[in-house]
Amino acid sequence: MSALVVVSAEVAQRGELRKLLRRQVMNSFMAVLVTFLSVLAVSILFTIFGHIVVNGYSSINWDFFTQIPKPYGESGGGIAPAIAGTLIMLALAGVVAIPIGLGTAVYLSEFGRGRFASSVRFCLELLAELPSIVVGVFIWAVLVRSVTGYSGLAGAAALVVIMIPIIAKSVEEILHLVPDSLRESALALGLPRWRVVLRVVIPTVLPGILTGVVLAMARAAGETAPLLLTALGNSFFNLQLNKPMAAIPLQIYNYAIAPYDDWHAKAWGATFILIVVVAVLSAAVRFYTRSKKIETR
Amino acid sequence: MVEQKNKPRRLKSREAVGDTVFRGLTLGTSLFVIVLLVGFVVLLLSDSGESIVKFGLSFLTSSDWNPVETEVNKIAFGALPFIFGTIVTSIIALVLATPISLGAALFVSEYAPRWIGQPVAFIIELLVAIPSVAYGLWGLFVLVPFMRDVVEPFLQATIGAVPMIGALFAGPAQGQDILTAGVILAIMIIPTILSLSREIITQVPKLQKEGMLALGATKWEVLSKAVLPFARGGIIGAAMLGLARAIGETMAVTMVIGNSSTKITPSLLNPGYTISSAISNQFTEADTAVYFSAVVELGLVLLLVASLFNVVSRVLVTNMAKLPGGAKA
Repeated sequence: MSALVVVSAEVAQRGELRKLLRRQVMNSFMAVLVTFLSVLAVSILFTIFGHIVVNGYSSINWDFFTQIPKPYGESGGGIAPAIAGTLIMLALAGVVAIPIGLGTAVYLSEFGRGRFASSVRFCLELLAELPSIVVGVFIWAVLVRSVTGYSGLAGAAALVVIMIPIIAKSVEEILHLVPDSLRESALALGLPRWRVVLRVVIPTVLPGILTGVVLAMARAAGETAPLLLTALGNSFFNLQLNKPMAAIPLQIYNYAIAPYDDWHAKAWGATFILIVVVAVLSAAVRFYTRSKKIETR
Repeated sequence: MVEQKNKPRRLKSREAVGDTVFRGLTLGTSLFVIVLLVGFVVLLLSDSGESIVKFGLSFLTSSDWNPVETEVNKIAFGALPFIFGTIVTSIIALVLATPISLGAALFVSEYAPRWIGQPVAFIIELLVAIPSVAYGLWGLFVLVPFMRDVVEPFLQATIGAVPMIGALFAGPAQGQDILTAGVILAIMIIPTILSLSREIITQVPKLQKEGMLALGATKWEVLSKAVLPFARGGIIGAAMLGLARAIGETMAVTMVIGNSSTKITPSLLNPGYTISSAISNQFTEADTAVYFSAVVELGLVLLLVASLFNVVSRVLVTNMAKLPGGAKA
């Protein structure tokens, strides 16, 4: 009788041990798996960056920034019109989108309550996630078709639509970081609301607001699909807003899908420039806000 | 005197004007946002009207896309091949990206020490900053040859021999095909799913985890039985936002999907179209009113589907955030 108990206890113990072993093996396996998946994700990024840097760097020289594109067969040439076009359209879009985005953000954080404010937020969410090609179709129908034709102006308008929701959303979030006690103290001193916002609230989080604006600009700088249907692209210098205008992403696309090796090299070069600008801007800005966030309190 | 008593705020009137103007200005910009979105829907609806009336539901169910009248084919616009391409590429993207991003999210928030986790998350989220045309370029010159020479022959040699499933990998490996488009989309939506699900995983109440640890559970058991079930809704929401982005993505897909076949075949190694790549390729070719209207209707479909997924995703994520800490097992 007692022997039987000992045996069954031993069996049970062995079973328990095996179970424990299995649990621990599973545990280690999953730890290795998630580590592997993270390494995979990080290495994808480095692969992409690596290719762009290596391929892009070699095709960059002074002419690349100052010359207009040469037709196929002639060596040399650059993407100066595209750089100029991108800068012009970005600046123009910024002039329109920044006030609208900021205004919306201020309204939502300072006055926005109730149903109207939540529907504005809802619209912003939808606009922010709109497929960018749809923005292109929309601007085509509003402006290109009957008002401006394919033009830098229409391209800038498309970028405005891209930028507004990004600015409004990020700035609203940042304005919420300002403690209410600060607003209340300012109001208690007899300042009217608008001066509280302009002189107290906004200056307190100005770096954060700049961040939001810069990120929106960086995003817009890389947009291609909407420009394809609005600015169209141009291989000559054009500073007139009512004519088709070149842009860096458009130039990359046109060079990439062409069958010439020389153009492919130029596409890598242009991508390198675009990536450097966009990545440096957003990395710097993210790093900056990460360290600044606490100071707003 | 009596009048003044009734208006105690009169002294402030100068400032009140400033407030009214300021409020009005910001209200105006907010109204502009609403008008903009309404404008999108109204304009796309009215411009695709001709196509909607003429083709009705067959626009979504037919696979005849004949913009030019020929002796054999009448003019017809059935967008099924594009819808098919969008669905298949998005599913591939989701299937590949979700495990990677979820694994990475668990790694950075639960496994890795802070000094590793933070930079890793930061680096992966940098993927968001890469413009989609850059993904397209990389896809076209690096991923496409890699898929054509390495991955696709390998898949054909291994899974391709299995009956039924083998049909997915039939035909010659071309590189520019639906599978490659799915892979590039997967890479593009990894940061989206990662950052949202990371946020959600960190919201799981500590008490849940500590309770299980106290019962002697291993780390993985804590994660799989306490953390992941709690975060399930939010993670699904994160995946759906990734899906919404994959559906709308244009340039990268256009550059690697081939854009040549409007036939629906089971093979993932055939070139195809997605809705967005069809728009970008055909928009400037749309020379007749009805052709144009059909292309705009594609845009409308894209707008509605992407918005739908976006809304469902937000609902799932915010519901998750609203759960009282520890109230749910």
